[in-house]
Amino acid sequence: MPANLSARLCSLALSLFLIVFALPAFAGPFEDAVSKFANDDFSDTEEAIGAVASSGNPLAYPIISALQDGRLMADPDSKKVYVTGADGKSIDAATGQPVASVPDSASAVRLNNRLRRSVDAAIGGLTLMSPDLGMRLQAAQSVFKSHEETALDAVEGALAKETNRSVKATLGDARAAILLYKSDATEVQKLEAVATIKARGDQEALALLTGIGSDQPASVTKAAASAIGSIQSSLAVWSMVQNAWYGLSLGSVLLLAAIGLAITFGVMGVINMAHGEMVMIGAYTTFVVQEVIRTRYPGLFDYSLLIAVPLAFLVAGALGVVIERSIIRFLYGRPLETLLATWGLSLVLQQAVRTMFGPTNREVGNPSWMSGAFELGQITITYNRLWILCFTLAVFAILLAMLRYTALGLEMRAVTQNRRMAASMGIATSRVDALTFGLGSGIAGIAGVALSQIDNVSPNLGQSYIIDSFMVVVFGGVGNLWGTLVGAFTLGIANKFLEPVAGAVLGKIAILVLIILFIQKRPRGLFALKGRAVEA
Amino acid sequence: MLTKSTHDIAASFSRRGVLAATAGLMLGLASLTGAKAADDTIKVGVLHSLSGTMAISETTLKDTILFLIDEQNKKGGVNGKKLEAVVVDPASNWPLFAEKARELITKDKVAVVFGCWTSVSRKSVLPVFKELNSILFYPVQYEGEESERNVFYTGAAPNQQAIPAVDYLMKEEKVKRWVLAGTDYVYPRTTNKILEAYLKSKGVAQEDIMINYTPFGHSDWQTIVADIKKFGSAGKKTAVVSTINGDANVPFYKELGNQGIKAKDIPVVAFSVGEEELAGIDTKPLLGHLAAWNYFQSIKSPENEKFIKAWQTYTKNPKRVTNDPMEAHVIGFDMWVKAVEKVKSTDPDKVIDALPGIEAKNLTGGTSKMLPNHHITKPVFIGEIKANGQFDVVWKTPGLVAGDAWSKELDGSKDLIGDWVGKKCGNFNTKTNKCLGSGS
Repeated sequence: MPANLSARLCSLALSLFLIVFALPAFAGPFEDAVSKFANDDFSDTEEAIGAVASSGNPLAYPIISALQDGRLMADPDSKKVYVTGADGKSIDAATGQPVASVPDSASAVRLNNRLRRSVDAAIGGLTLMSPDLGMRLQAAQSVFKSHEETALDAVEGALAKETNRSVKATLGDARAAILLYKSDATEVQKLEAVATIKARGDQEALALLTGIGSDQPASVTKAAASAIGSIQSSLAVWSMVQNAWYGLSLGSVLLLAAIGLAITFGVMGVINMAHGEMVMIGAYTTFVVQEVIRTRYPGLFDYSLLIAVPLAFLVAGALGVVIERSIIRFLYGRPLETLLATWGLSLVLQQAVRTMFGPTNREVGNPSWMSGAFELGQITITYNRLWILCFTLAVFAILLAMLRYTALGLEMRAVTQNRRMAASMGIATSRVDALTFGLGSGIAGIAGVALSQIDNVSPNLGQSYIIDSFMVVVFGGVGNLWGTLVGAFTLGIANKFLEPVAGAVLGKIAILVLIILFIQKRPRGLFALKGRAVEA
Repeated sequence: MLTKSTHDIAASFSRRGVLAATAGLMLGLASLTGAKAADDTIKVGVLHSLSGTMAISETTLKDTILFLIDEQNKKGGVNGKKLEAVVVDPASNWPLFAEKARELITKDKVAVVFGCWTSVSRKSVLPVFKELNSILFYPVQYEGEESERNVFYTGAAPNQQAIPAVDYLMKEEKVKRWVLAGTDYVYPRTTNKILEAYLKSKGVAQEDIMINYTPFGHSDWQTIVADIKKFGSAGKKTAVVSTINGDANVPFYKELGNQGIKAKDIPVVAFSVGEEELAGIDTKPLLGHLAAWNYFQSIKSPENEKFIKAWQTYTKNPKRVTNDPMEAHVIGFDMWVKAVEKVKSTDPDKVIDALPGIEAKNLTGGTSKMLPNHHITKPVFIGEIKANGQFDVVWKTPGLVAGDAWSKELDGSKDLIGDWVGKKCGNFNTKTNKCLGSGS
């Protein structure tokens, strides 16, 4: 939306000028500055940005915003520079006169990171008074980030006229940031600035305060030091919250990967090494769905995951039933053979996918509602992680309800608890076995849809989850879905609190050691099943 | 206990399993390459993983060599003989690399081997190449600290990739604070050791360097990305130097994008992310993050355009990308052909002696030369990621950089040189004038 809006505003601005100013040729410095864009040299471009932004020329904003969007075309031969509008019309950047077409030899003016920062700062300065609220806020934020002294007058001017509260607050922060770094600001101004920035309390505030250097009046240095201290201690509390959130998020991924295994291994007792490959097949189903949507129905892209979920369940579930009927049912009660057969099967599936889709990663896009992040206090919560957590809990709840309230669920529980008794009550145990395995595999497929959003979609996707999944199921207690839930979140949170202290590698090792010790003490996991099922 | 035991069993059976799984493939290849040992061909071994974790990167290199052989045969082969590829699959299994190398040299009698990606696979085949006296061309950027008589390193040494990249960030982006993030194995650890020493020699304080290692295939980057953000909020310009390898890159970049770390705030310069790796990511949020390589597909030169076109025709895929290790194979293959033509023989000793000094055109418009230390001269480019998954070159070294086998930054190796022409030694100490030999 904002991009669209700014494009519209920009073309509006463009047409405004074309009507109002039938520009009398601007002689001199402005034209010289503009022609520097054509040199394809980063330092020349930087000079040009500065000169154009401070020229006061009404063409400044169209030029700089075109530069930002890659719409500023420069012809290295004639040194002419053109602004192409979103509507396909072009003007000569130096004069504002419309041109029929941009010559073929012209190419977009290139930017690097340093220049992108200058462009942001320039745009910020130019749009502080924009009638659009979103643009003003963005402008205030970019001035805050760049806090260049030259912007002070513009910020103070804008501050006096601003009525919106959040823009006003950001402008105030921007003014404080500028004053803090301005060499000739008074001590009182600087002290006020420190107080304003301290009130922000975030990492950017911390960065500003730490960076002021030692050539400040003693009172300012002292105030800054105490502000840094108080921000740091509040951020330390937030970082605990953040670790807990990351732990929940990691736990939800573990749970999602393990939940299918909790059925095939936990409930049925099949050591299914091909479980990870079911996850992978779910992810590839998502890829295929997105490919079809991209080529045929691009408008549906945001719904691609919703379409992929049932399909992935069906594809992986059907494959699970086939596997159970063709391999696993001959191996019940022979865990070592099952292990080897499913391991071999996992390699066959991997190689099959590699042959069909190629060995490289496949791109699975994030729908717009799963991209980006929002700030909650001082922590950043990414939408994809949040959705995956919700999704995992939903899958878990549905599965639990299914086992409890449906006929199939009842039969499944009966067969696992006492196969012979169930058979003599007229339950077709082999059919139930196939459906249970299919259910477990189908859920693994669903997990693949979610994991495709945060991980690689490659033939190796499943391998990275298989060990973790077994760990969760064994730790939580084999045969107990609630155990899997608690196990996954415990491991996730423990991992995330260990990681900042021990590092990712040691953290992972520490978790493994802890689990081994725990299993020594409680071989049946957190929540052990009691009763006859245990002996079966 | 269960996870442990299944893991052990799994590990011991993996090799057999992988072999079984690839047996069909091997059969197919055998019939393709023709098992009959024809005397009128020169055999070229291709030792790249076609299954397992590294298949993602190495399969393309296998295709590259097949393509180059095809092109060479169209020109009439070498010394009047056609070239014949012998492809084996070491399946990302490091000990299997050594077995397969032995098989290539003794059973298939190949004249040269093009292969390996990870340093650990290279280290695994080294003794085989030494013992059987054959030739290996290694096409991947690596940690240096090695110069072997039987190996020719056509990828970048640290001074041809890592050091120029850090220089660029220091000069152009005025970076003062450094995160060195890598996967936990030999290449990132050695490279980071070299970079740390280099940064300190440039006056960067210890507290301005953060080093972080993650396991292979790490997928949960939340904590580390948040740490980087925090480290970057100390009021000094911060950059991340990434030696993260393989599959872990995609989730890392996704997390960066989602947490809103923009390249203009904290740029990430990567040494293992090229066109091929970016093919699996939506690159729009990554605009401006950097990579340092000796080749980019987007570089405009007549050689490169010709190569890309021929490659896409050969693979029948108009979107197939090219990357840096592929270019290394192109250069290495060309050098080998020239050396064999020069000595009119494929005898390993003669070819090894002929290779230093041989020049070959690289794809970026220059001419690379094989040096006495078995490394080559290369240009270094810094590219920024563009929205279309390609790179825009923002900086390059003025000329070609000669590869150092031994880093000048590390105490243990700064006096060492590799010289297989004059000194006939891979680790000659210039201070003591002694060759350390293979014992150290």
